[in-house]
Amino acid sequence: MPEAAALELDGVEVRYGSVSAVRDLTLRVGKGEIVGLIGPNGAGKSTTLNAIMGLQPAHRGEIKLNGQALRRRSVESIARAGIALVPEGRRIFGDFTVEENLRLGLAARRRTYIGDPFGPAFELFPILSEFRGRQAGALSGGQQQQLAIGRALVSRPDLLLLDEPSLGLAPLAVDGIFKAFTEIREVGTTILLVEQRAQRTVALANRTHVLVGGELRMTLGPADADDTEKIIAAYLAS
Amino acid sequence: MSVLASIDLQTLGDAFGLGAIYALMAVGIGLVFGVLRLVNFAYGQLIMAGAYTLAYTSGWPVAASIVSCFAVVVALSLAMDRVVFRPLRSSSPAVMLVTTFAIAFLLQAVALIIDLRDGQLGEVASSIAPLNQAVSVGGVDVRKVTFVAVGVALGALIALALVLTRTTIGLHTRAAASDFRTARLLGVRANRVIAFAVVVSGLLAGAVAVLLTVQNPFVQPDFALEDTIIVLVGVVVGGIDRLWTATLGGFAIGFVSVLVNAALPTDQTVFLPSVVYALVIVVLLLRPAGLFAWGRRAAMERV
Repeated sequence: MPEAAALELDGVEVRYGSVSAVRDLTLRVGKGEIVGLIGPNGAGKSTTLNAIMGLQPAHRGEIKLNGQALRRRSVESIARAGIALVPEGRRIFGDFTVEENLRLGLAARRRTYIGDPFGPAFELFPILSEFRGRQAGALSGGQQQQLAIGRALVSRPDLLLLDEPSLGLAPLAVDGIFKAFTEIREVGTTILLVEQRAQRTVALANRTHVLVGGELRMTLGPADADDTEKIIAAYLAS
Repeated sequence: MSVLASIDLQTLGDAFGLGAIYALMAVGIGLVFGVLRLVNFAYGQLIMAGAYTLAYTSGWPVAASIVSCFAVVVALSLAMDRVVFRPLRSSSPAVMLVTTFAIAFLLQAVALIIDLRDGQLGEVASSIAPLNQAVSVGGVDVRKVTFVAVGVALGALIALALVLTRTTIGLHTRAAASDFRTARLLGVRANRVIAFAVVVSGLLAGAVAVLLTVQNPFVQPDFALEDTIIVLVGVVVGGIDRLWTATLGGFAIGFVSVLVNAALPTDQTVFLPSVVYALVIVVLLLRPAGLFAWGRRAAMERV
């Protein structure tokens, strides 16, 4: 059975004007779990992450981290409460050095820890340590994604939100970051993963929800990873 | 008569002096633009308020007078952010710009009311006027304030560059200027970064108030208004997108103004703004992203 919930969404609705992008969304992510969120473009996956993070106000419903209500709090206070979002498109500061990008990640740290503050990033991605003095914009796409994930991890969040982290990456780089997710889970960090690579996500995550048209349509387990037809059917369900 | 022949060392000194003052104003405007995406047209009225403070404290010791000038300008700068900019932070840039026009006129009207209590328009800031005296350097007369202006500008720019590159608040401010949304996502506190930019911008306005008042001790409600318009133009010409290009733009337009003024025949200096703005139009036609924006994406691409 899953442990206590790290993240709970209850009846969340997000609107853009009069259009509902997410409707009556209820899901929970247990401590130390990876939960996947897949679905076609425009299904409301990114919107869900943005609503959790406070970037997009939720019109209705409850969002809780470790039992603490998050709705109507500012983005930076949610970051400081222990949620880190690796945004779509990575959003690293290309003009800054790798180290400066990581230092920015420390802004949301809730307390100081013994040892190298960048430890969580360097242990997972040693290349960041090697390139710490380089301009972030000069890194390859895969390395930039590693930097974006590392930057999120140095704040030592309870919950890591990932918005299509494999988008635009070479196959080898995709292997690298999926392997990293497993390692992040092993140290106890909870992950909510939004992805287009449905099969890999289903195989990795404890549970994967399929979001279609702003609503949860189906929940898949790791055993369904090889059932391509079931995944396709979930996408097409309407 | 060629333009070059009219430039002597004295003119060059004046050009550096005004360039330095305009560079400080450009940094003050550019810093706030960086974090708020707001062109603060009311920046000149901050300087005007500082100048009036200097005038009204003329009887005080010079140091106390200057400290109170800084205090008034920084307090007014913070109040402007708190009362006006913060509630409008999510408004469109056009709304914010027009609002700063309104603040500018409001502050000028307030200054006029305060000024006219003695029945006369204008106040004289006499205590720091001695800085305007000339000293002879190798046979060339240079006003003391020129050295002070260049020194203050260099000192302030170096100090600011160090703060921006070496400290956490500096890193957070640069991040916010580059991508505010992502900076907040990482836990950078928006209000703290904005307050930092507003305070530094206010300190720079205070310094400019002192330097301008030395050169022009007769303070009126439209004090520094024309300078602000010229600097805003300079900032756009240099490239408002980046602090250092905006600063260079401010310096360049101050520098060029003095040179053009010297080159124009005495009876035609009324055409100074026309000549300067004509140059600006030419520059903007040739380099729409800004004079110093080499290899950068155009400022307008950024929303």
